[in-house]
Amino acid sequence: MNKKRLAAPFGLWMLLFTVIPLGMVLWFALTDDAGNFTLQNLPKIAEYSDSFWYSLYVGALSTFLCLILAYPLAFSISRRSERAQRTLVMLVMLPMWMNSLLRITALKSIISEKGFLNRLLELAGLPTQHMMGTTGAIVLGMVFDFLPFMVLPLYSVMTKIDGRVLEAAQDLGANAFQVLFRVVLPLSVPGITAGITMVFVPSVSSFVVSKLLGSAQTTTMIGEVIEFLFKGSAPPYYNVGAVLSLVLMVLMLLCMAVMSVFDKDSDEMEGMMA
Amino acid sequence: MNNSVITLKNIAVSFDGEQVLKDFNLSISDGEFVTLLGPSGCGKTTTLRIIGGFISPTDGDVFFGEKNVRDLPPYKREVNTIFQRYALFPHMDVYENVAFGLRVQKKDKADIEETVEKMLSLVNLKGFEHRKVSTLSGGQQQRVAIARALANRPKVLLLDEPLAALDLKLRKDMQNELKNMQKQLGITFVYVTHDQEEALSMSDTVVVMDGGKIQQIGTPLDIYNEPVNAFVADFIGESNILDGVMKRDFVVEFFGRTFDCLDSGFDENEPVDVVIRPEDIDIVEPIRGHLTGTVTSVTFKGVHYETIVDFKGFKWLIQTTDYYAPGTVIGIVLNPEDIHIMKKSEYSGLFGDYSSYSEEFDEMADPEIDLVEETKEAESYE
Repeated sequence: MNKKRLAAPFGLWMLLFTVIPLGMVLWFALTDDAGNFTLQNLPKIAEYSDSFWYSLYVGALSTFLCLILAYPLAFSISRRSERAQRTLVMLVMLPMWMNSLLRITALKSIISEKGFLNRLLELAGLPTQHMMGTTGAIVLGMVFDFLPFMVLPLYSVMTKIDGRVLEAAQDLGANAFQVLFRVVLPLSVPGITAGITMVFVPSVSSFVVSKLLGSAQTTTMIGEVIEFLFKGSAPPYYNVGAVLSLVLMVLMLLCMAVMSVFDKDSDEMEGMMA
Repeated sequence: MNNSVITLKNIAVSFDGEQVLKDFNLSISDGEFVTLLGPSGCGKTTTLRIIGGFISPTDGDVFFGEKNVRDLPPYKREVNTIFQRYALFPHMDVYENVAFGLRVQKKDKADIEETVEKMLSLVNLKGFEHRKVSTLSGGQQQRVAIARALANRPKVLLLDEPLAALDLKLRKDMQNELKNMQKQLGITFVYVTHDQEEALSMSDTVVVMDGGKIQQIGTPLDIYNEPVNAFVADFIGESNILDGVMKRDFVVEFFGRTFDCLDSGFDENEPVDVVIRPEDIDIVEPIRGHLTGTVTSVTFKGVHYETIVDFKGFKWLIQTTDYYAPGTVIGIVLNPEDIHIMKKSEYSGLFGDYSSYSEEFDEMADPEIDLVEETKEAESYE
């Protein structure tokens, strides 16, 4: 009969938990404490520009590090036997089975002043390092948290690259670098864009990681600011928080739009690789 | 030996302790069309991959001319390969596929353009420059693969079952085209196939392989007319293979009768394998035959009838243009030139009896690679 009706429950879900809340965010953004329409909330964004820049910086750096770490790993996994691939992919996903908060807390105990890493340094006779509460710690936390989201899309694209295509490139005189840059890289663009989107978006807006691993010395990330405005402060500043949320959303949409441009170029060859 | 472009010396290869090639020696002359022929898993693709540099042998040496290239990586070798199912670059158009080898060698632009155009006209693909390779038919993709490999001006072209994925008619056309191209360009071709007809019609030299070993090297005519053992006799064309005893030079006994033959140099009373090709047998009235038998089944093949005849419990295949109904008693005459004698080998008794004859059908391609691929595909559908 009508298969479209099967989507009705999800439609209702979307309405209740996405469309209406979004409408409320928009409502708060454009009203003042008394509920009157105003545009006065908008200029307040400027007060938080540091947080925006810092979040973008941390997000970009984390995404970049994830890509650098995940790319060779994903390629290496994709060239193995079927069995080995399954085992290794499971190992990559293993940390995701654990609660994210728990993982970050564990990381905290590893890099704290008297933590595991500093103990090791002591044992080796090296000076201990101050790691907790730095930008480095936040980035480490992000990479730690989001790495699987980079590995998986890369792996799923790379595993479709025919090994004989790589051999053909070598056969025609391409050395390892040329094979990478002329064949593997262009063929894995869809995985790269998917991975970047899946890591960049949550890491820019994350507040858990920076809250647990950051400190007074690090700039507050925008996600943390929004969380604070909505529930931390008294009275709550819903209106400013809502504006910041909207700006963040627009930034994310822009980022995804840029990514989809890269993706379009590679769409046409998908039929060939599948 | 001096004009040999490729020499394989005492090559042995094993994967996970399983011996794939053993004691393999082969010398390929300049400009020769050599075919490695054998059933799936005989090591022919492995041999090709050793020449291409994708497998390094466990033991033995590979020479290009006088130079030992055993440890030279593929990209430094002056050979190019046409892969099974072509392995074209899916993210490039036809032009860029053909230009790939020249680009990585940093040839200048005008040179690249000239070569690519030349190659595309050689394979009749002019006008296809900017087509995506995924929009091409199998035959066209095949041509792109050929142009791409030849653009590098290799001394030797390696072809790994290049026609296996094409349909019969197209395959025949491409056989001719490849052979002509080889003559025209004077390049050495090393061709891998499991299709004996393809091997016989294209090659200067056929290398028949089984179980990781060379069974016989020779011209197509030699291989067909003078097979060295029951395996070669059975694999190349059809053969009736019988147990016989060499009474003395030029006389052989089988089925309780002596026959004159053209072979000599065996011990007196040495047990041998006797090969009789199904198309060489003349059918006569039973009374005039050297042997008499009963027709058990007949299959019409277009050019001839494949007739299975029971001689005292041993079934022969006879190809004849005349129809003999099942149940007919016939006689056959064997002339000395119809009888070929082979020494006994490990293959004796394994081949050449048509008691359980069924159509041998062609496999699509070499399972050495395809098995892996198919399991991969099967799993991705789960």
